[in-house]
Amino acid sequence: MFKKLINFIFLLDERPINRYKSLNRNIVIIMLLITIIPLTCMVIINNFQFKTHLRDQIMDPLYSMAEKSRHTFELFMDQQLSIIRFISNTYSLANLGNELTIQKILTSLKKEHYGFVDIGLIDPKGDLVSYAGPYSLLGKNYSQQTAFQETRVKGQYISNVFLGHRKYPHIVIAVEIVKNDGQSWVLRATVDTSFFDKLISGMGLERNSDVFLVNSKGIFQTNSLYYGDTLEKCPLELPGKSFKSQGIETKDNKNQDIIIVSAGFAIADYILVIIQPQSVALKSWHALKTKMGIIFFISLAIILFTIIKMTGILIKRIKTSDEHRENVLTELQHAQKLSSIGRLAAGIAHEINNPLAIINEKAGLMMDLIDLSKDFDQKSKFHELTLSITTSVDRCRKITHRLLGFSKRIDFKIEPIQINTIIHEVIEFLEKDIFYRRLEINLNLSDTLKPIFSDHGQIQQVLLNLLTNAFAAVQDGLGRVEIKTTNHENKGISIKITDNGCGIPKKIIENIFDPFFTTKKEKGTGLGLSISYGIITKLGGEIFVDSKLGEGSIFTIILPEKPNEMEIKNGNPEN
Amino acid sequence: MEIQKIKILLIDDEEEFVTTLAERLELRGYLCQTAGDGESGISKISHQTFDIAILDLMMPGLNGLNTLRQIKMIDKELPVILLTGHGSTKDGMEGMRIGAFDFLMKPLDISTLIDKIKSAVDSKSTQEEP
Repeated sequence: MFKKLINFIFLLDERPINRYKSLNRNIVIIMLLITIIPLTCMVIINNFQFKTHLRDQIMDPLYSMAEKSRHTFELFMDQQLSIIRFISNTYSLANLGNELTIQKILTSLKKEHYGFVDIGLIDPKGDLVSYAGPYSLLGKNYSQQTAFQETRVKGQYISNVFLGHRKYPHIVIAVEIVKNDGQSWVLRATVDTSFFDKLISGMGLERNSDVFLVNSKGIFQTNSLYYGDTLEKCPLELPGKSFKSQGIETKDNKNQDIIIVSAGFAIADYILVIIQPQSVALKSWHALKTKMGIIFFISLAIILFTIIKMTGILIKRIKTSDEHRENVLTELQHAQKLSSIGRLAAGIAHEINNPLAIINEKAGLMMDLIDLSKDFDQKSKFHELTLSITTSVDRCRKITHRLLGFSKRIDFKIEPIQINTIIHEVIEFLEKDIFYRRLEINLNLSDTLKPIFSDHGQIQQVLLNLLTNAFAAVQDGLGRVEIKTTNHENKGISIKITDNGCGIPKKIIENIFDPFFTTKKEKGTGLGLSISYGIITKLGGEIFVDSKLGEGSIFTIILPEKPNEMEIKNGNPEN
Repeated sequence: MEIQKIKILLIDDEEEFVTTLAERLELRGYLCQTAGDGESGISKISHQTFDIAILDLMMPGLNGLNTLRQIKMIDKELPVILLTGHGSTKDGMEGMRIGAFDFLMKPLDISTLIDKIKSAVDSKSTQEEP
C-alpha cells in the first residue's frame, strides 16, 4: 500500500514523456501539504488558544469590577436604610409626628448625609401625617402605593428610580415602625440619585465602555452613555437578574459587537450593567491576528518559493543524471556492438588466413618446382601464373591483416605512435574511394611531428570517421580534403581536416557530437562523431569543429603527448 | 667436413599447410619433420634433437603457447619461431616473453622465414660454441 503510494508519487513505474513535469508537480504538492498543513493547524490552534485566554483576561476584571461596584451601591443603599432605621428607632412616633422635630431631623440629615430630599411619616392607614421637605404632600394617602405595601410586608424598602415633581430622578427609602399595639407605621425618605452617577464615574472605566443600572424590567435607573436616559427602556437584551455577575457577548442596536457583564442587587430591584465594545476589548487580539496572518503568509510565500525552486533544481539534477546515464549506456552498448563486430571480423580474418596460408605454400611449392625443373613447354607461362597467385595471396593477406588491425580498436592500448603513419594507413584504406570519386587529397604533414603516446587503433578509427564524413560532404571530381598535422604549442599535437564540402548549418553544429544525431537519414547511424568524440576525450584530447555553410568544415583534433591513465581505465569498458 | 643439414620440426594442425611447407624447405636443403598437434610435437622433441621448431599458435588441444612452455621445459636452448593467423601481436609478444625466438604472421613469405631460420640457428650455434 505504502509502496504503491511511493510509486505513484515518484512515478517509478511509468515513463511518460512529461514524467519530470509530473514528478515535479507531485513533489511540490506533497511538500506543500506536509509543510502547510501543520503550519495552518498551528496558526488556527494558536488563534483559538489566544482568543480564549484573552477573553478570560478581559472578562475577569469586568466581572470583578461589576461585583465591586454592585457591592459599593448596595453598601451605600444599606447605609441610607440604616440612617432611616436609626431615626425610626431613636425618635418616638409623637416626636416624628411633630412638624418641628421632623423638620429638624431633615435639616441635620441634609447636613450630615448627601442626597436626602425629604422625609415623612405615614400612619397605619396610609396617610402622610408628618412631612419635612420641599413639597406640600401632607395628607396624601399612600395606601395603594407599592412602596407602602412592600414596606409593610418586608419591613424595609428601596424603590426604583422615579422622577419627582422637579423632574429629578429620585428613589424612595422606607422602613416600618411597629408600635406596641401592633399597628405599623412607615417612615419614608426621598433620596436624590445623583450619587449613582458619582459612583459610576468613580469606577474608572475604559473609553467607549458604558455602565448603568437597570431594574429587572429593563428600565434605565441611571443615564447610559450610549443606550438611553433614565427611565427609558433599555434597547439591549440583558442577561437575567442574578446575584452573581455574568457576562454575554452580543450585538447592540447599532450592530456593534459588545460584551455585557451584569450583576443583580440583593437589596433592591437593581442590576448593574457594564458594556464594553469587543473592538476595544479584543483590540490587542486583532493586532495579534493581523501580525500572525502576515507572518503566516510570508512563511507560506517563502515555503512555496523554496519548495518550487528546490524541486526544480532537484528535478533538473535528476534529469541531467538520467540523461548522463542514458548516454553512458548508449556509449557502452555501442562499444559492445563495436567489440562484437571486431571479434567477428577477427574470427573471419583468422579463418581466411589459414586456407590463404595453404594456397600460399602450394603456389610457392609450385613456383619452386617450376624453377628447379628443366626447361619445358610454356615454363615461363607457368612461372607467370604461379607468381600471379602468390601476389594475389599477398593482397589478400594485406586485407585480412588490416581487418584484424581495425578489429582491435576497442581495446585501448597506449603505445608510442606516429600520427603521420596512421594518416597514411587510413588514406590507404580509403584509396579506392578517393580514386573512383576523383577526390583531391592534400597531405600537409609536419616532418618534425612529435611521436605521442596514444592508441593506434582508436586514432585510426577517429580519422577514418572524420575522413568518411569529409568525403560524404564533398562533390565527386571537385572535392578537396586537406589533412594538416602540426606540433601544438603546449599540448602535444594537432590534426586539422579541412574539406570544401557543403558545411554544417549553425543550427545543428551544437548537436553533431550527440549520439544518434545524423543528417544522413537511413545511411548513417549518428554514431561516428559521437564515438570519435568519446575516443578523443578518453585519450585526453579535444575535438572541435568550425564550419561555414557552403564553404566547408574544419575538424581539429588536439592530442596530448600522454593521456591520463585513470581516464583510460575508467573509460574502457572492455578492461 | 660435410655441413650438417639443419633439422626443423614443423608443428601445425593444418596438414596441407605443414606438408607443403616441409617440402618447400626440403627443396632448400633443410631436413623437416612434421607434427599435427602440440602433444606429438613435444614427444618428437623429447626423442630426437632438432635445430629449430616452427610452431603454430592456434591449434586444437594443447594450444601454441602451452606447447611452447613444455618445449622450453624439455630443451631450453631450442629456438622456436611462432606462426600466428591473428593480426594481433598480443599472443606473439606473450610467446616472445616465454622464450620464442620470433613470430611471423600467416600467410608466410618463404624468404622471410628462411632468414629467420638462419639467424635463429646462427644465434644458437654462437651460444653453444664457446
